Amino acid sequence: MGESLPLWPARASSMAAQTDALVLFLVAVTGFFTLVIFILIFSFAMKYRKEKHPVAADILGSNVLEVTWSIIPFGIFMMMFVWGAIVYMQEVRPPANAMEIFVVGKQWMWKFQHQEGQREINQLHVPLGRDVMLTMISQDVIHDVFIPAFRVKRDVLPGRYTTLWFRAIKPGRYHLFCSQYCGTMHSGMIGEVVVMEPAAYQAWLAGGNAEGSLASTGQKLFQQLGCATCHRFDTQGRGPNLVGVYGKPVLLDDGRTVTADDNYIRESVLTPGAKVVAGFKPIMPSFNGTVNEEQLLSLVAYVKSISQPEQRQPASNRPAVPAPAPATPKGR
Amino acid sequence: MSSTVTTAAVERTNYLNVDYSLKSWLLTTDHKRIAILYMLSITAMFFIGGAAATLIRLELLTPAGDLMSSDTYNKMFSIHGIVMVFFFLIPSIPATLGNFLVPMMIGAKDLAFPKINLASWYMYITGAGLMLYVIATGGVDTGWTFYPPFSSTYSNTHVIAAIIAIFIAGFSSIFTGFNFIVTIHRMRAPGMTWSRLPLFIWGHYATSVIMVLGTPVVAIALSLIALERAFHLGIFDPRMGGDPVLFQHLFWFYSHPAVYIMILPSMAVVSEVVSTFSRKRVFGYYAVALASVMIAVIGFLVWAHHMFVAGISPYAALVFSLLSYFVAVPSAIKVFNWTATMFKGSITLSTPMLYSMGFIGLFTMGGMTGLFVASLGVDVHVHDTYFIIAHFHYIMVGGAVMGYLSGIHFWWPKMTGRMYPEVWGKIAAGTIFLGFNLTFFPQFVLGYLGMPRRYHAYPEEFQVLNVMSTAGASILAVGYVLPLIYLMWSLRYGKVAEDNPYRATGLEWRTPSPPPTENFAETPIVTWDAYDYSSLPEED
Amino acid sequence: MHDSAHVVEQPGLRHHFADMEQQRASATLGMWVFLVTEIMFFGGLFLAYLVYRSAHFGAFAIGSEHMDFWLGTINTVILLCSSLLVALSVHAVQVGKTKLCAVLLLIAALCGVGFLGVKGVEYYGHYQEGAVPGPYWHLDLPQGTDVQNVQMFFYIYFVMTGLHAIHVTIGIGLLAVIAWFAWKGRYSPAYHNPVHVSGLYWHFVDVVWIFLYPLLYLISAKKA
Repeated sequence: MGESLPLWPARASSMAAQTDALVLFLVAVTGFFTLVIFILIFSFAMKYRKEKHPVAADILGSNVLEVTWSIIPFGIFMMMFVWGAIVYMQEVRPPANAMEIFVVGKQWMWKFQHQEGQREINQLHVPLGRDVMLTMISQDVIHDVFIPAFRVKRDVLPGRYTTLWFRAIKPGRYHLFCSQYCGTMHSGMIGEVVVMEPAAYQAWLAGGNAEGSLASTGQKLFQQLGCATCHRFDTQGRGPNLVGVYGKPVLLDDGRTVTADDNYIRESVLTPGAKVVAGFKPIMPSFNGTVNEEQLLSLVAYVKSISQPEQRQPASNRPAVPAPAPATPKGR
Repeated sequence: MSSTVTTAAVERTNYLNVDYSLKSWLLTTDHKRIAILYMLSITAMFFIGGAAATLIRLELLTPAGDLMSSDTYNKMFSIHGIVMVFFFLIPSIPATLGNFLVPMMIGAKDLAFPKINLASWYMYITGAGLMLYVIATGGVDTGWTFYPPFSSTYSNTHVIAAIIAIFIAGFSSIFTGFNFIVTIHRMRAPGMTWSRLPLFIWGHYATSVIMVLGTPVVAIALSLIALERAFHLGIFDPRMGGDPVLFQHLFWFYSHPAVYIMILPSMAVVSEVVSTFSRKRVFGYYAVALASVMIAVIGFLVWAHHMFVAGISPYAALVFSLLSYFVAVPSAIKVFNWTATMFKGSITLSTPMLYSMGFIGLFTMGGMTGLFVASLGVDVHVHDTYFIIAHFHYIMVGGAVMGYLSGIHFWWPKMTGRMYPEVWGKIAAGTIFLGFNLTFFPQFVLGYLGMPRRYHAYPEEFQVLNVMSTAGASILAVGYVLPLIYLMWSLRYGKVAEDNPYRATGLEWRTPSPPPTENFAETPIVTWDAYDYSSLPEED
Repeated sequence: MHDSAHVVEQPGLRHHFADMEQQRASATLGMWVFLVTEIMFFGGLFLAYLVYRSAHFGAFAIGSEHMDFWLGTINTVILLCSSLLVALSVHAVQVGKTKLCAVLLLIAALCGVGFLGVKGVEYYGHYQEGAVPGPYWHLDLPQGTDVQNVQMFFYIYFVMTGLHAIHVTIGIGLLAVIAWFAWKGRYSPAYHNPVHVSGLYWHFVDVVWIFLYPLLYLISAKKA
């Protein structure tokens, strides 16, 4: 038997207290009404037992009561909805300038990729007090990243990026569970989030990665695969110039306008014919089968790194040398 | 041939003894016999699903996955879910009590389509048989939810066969559904207007509408998975530009209303039982009838609350959360109305009444926790954890199964002509209530702590709560075996039942126990409301 | 089932119904409810079509251009005519012309067979062209086409028309059986539920095709 009987998870993120407050409100309200029902039923069963109350009253109903006990619960439910929605809208929208870490899930392990180039398997180091955004994709089936101490969860899908964000407020080590059934070792797909003081995190980052930042890996791949041949940094290319494109709207040849986000970049590499930029011919070959998810993430990181400064920036633009992360954490 | 006065037992011709041959049972078109056939089949499936649950809870006694391999464990929870949902809960009350009572309660001789009724049982048996074959030859490990790409591409088990089994059983559901709808519309006895219908009928009508509209959608969703497996290519495959989340939409479009298929009939039973044992009309008849219909309608609009973290747009999530709170209102109304029915009643705490009171309490708890998971802020944390498992078991087991047991006990005298031993009935009801709460309440805590569902092995800090849950499950198991024993015992040794031992008001109680094959010697002419206790013949 | 002395005054009246009117109304309502389930069944596929088409209109238009417009149109005409014949057959039995009813039903069933034949020819054409998704795919498409989603179009096309063809086959069997009973004189102006109800089924199968045809054959890449 375990030495302790935990009854409540740790509160290790900025969302935890808010989620818990909502839950405690729900416990109080639902507990109260449940108790009322239980007490009424129990006391009616006693007070109106056949032996004590041989003749039942003949009551059809009461419209007033029906309306009352429809409207009051409805009002309470709407309060619950609104409060839940408020918490949720914070949880689901990553703050601007959150530092981005990429996650690739596969049966049955987690691969984490820091912008600075650090790679981790099943363990994720993050700094205390920084907004962290996980951009996630699966290589095979649907997985899910769940960090109970942070009160966050999001499915990790094949074929499309999903995101999750948190700000850790307490150093420590916390469970990261896969919580979408994914096959044999689903319950073995457990990771650990290690929250470190900022200084310790910097030291860890600098601690060892010869490959260079993710964006620089992407840049090398961009050259290697011949992307630079068509996607020149001027107007002469057979493909659109990608500088500044990230996060901006793009006009397509069928008249639609889409935003050049992570999923757009990934789709353009794998199935370029799906969305052809207006004014260009559909001649880009598909790299489906040539690049894996991690390589795609590095290309995405590279394209982001050559975008305008006011867009979401990774921690570093410069290849080879891991740059220090901004010293001041963003205030809320 | 029909008399209302019972003499010492025996051998007035009724639907049971009119012909004892096997052929007369296997080729029957009598809705009452078909109900019995269903009752035997679903009881068998219940215990098979229960066996899987037993193995699951035994494995979860220890943090390590040491009782069976991971693959076997994954098959256990998949089989438990598939068997319990598709082969027990969905048919349970409608196919047994519904088949038996719907024609009788409206004063008809049979359902509108008796041969289709028999066909529905054969479809059920075929599906169940195929499912048993799947279990015996290696099982299926996709979970009852069959999410792709795992189910379509990566699983190595009998997925297609399991899907075919469910597809066939789905036809059984659809046939039952449209049989009830047509029967209730067209075959009511003279004077049995819509507003005189027992609430049992209203509940089954709403249930049938859901069966008819929802089942085909899960049929096509699962068929597409089967096709994808067979041709190694499919519309949910991201490698073909497909979206696995589309499956989830199609699947849950049925599977959420499915939970209302599972609960509305139990609620229908509770209305009858609480009224009878309070000797009082159901408080707010129209409100309860309307609430049944509203649950069925709104229930179709909330499916994506199972997908809040699946990658849907936040704005969609907001809409589905809002609608999920809407659907809670009619359920709350029903609970208040049943409670008010007991007010100033004249109450007998019989076994069926105890089960129904247990239903109200446990359904309330389950429904309240539904308010938690409808809340987006909370669901992000508790989705796919034991909190969800606890929530739906409170409703499915604490609610639906207790409602089923309430109904079985209530109408047992009518169906079999025998009374069960009341003392054992109460002991079993209490055992089930206690065992159930001990099993599932700790799971709320486990879930909030973060223990994910479908986990074969788990971190050590979750062990104490798991042990409590397994201990409860062992008590619950005893509670379920008890009725099996004493109900079978009563068939031979139980006291012979009167026509209307509980002095209830339904038309079914104005026939002998057990009834003759044609139900009524003469078509009844109804001039009284449901639950009008003054309409009963004089007390002795 | 043992009835007490029950004089069967009306041919075809089942014992649990009070009168023919109740039986007729029940059978009709039953078939309508069943058709609603069929609508929901096909509905899942229409939803998938809707979702993928709105995401990848261009690819769907290209796929549609590879459909054989004339074969599809011929099939539409065949089914519409067969529905007319079925409607006429119901009318025929209502006025007592049961042999005519049987003949009309038979011809309608044969139209169904013709429909399946044309579909077979079409499928074979797709196969030859390389438009069957999977290992036999070799459809000639311009470079840079979103091949994945053209495949998706064809996959959905095969599943939807395949499911429809299964229903046509069931309908053919149903019409043939009813035609046989009609020829044998089982139906009359007083009792012809099965003709009416089978007719409903056939009309439904026709209506599904009326939706499939424009969605699959008539998409154009020209901008709206």
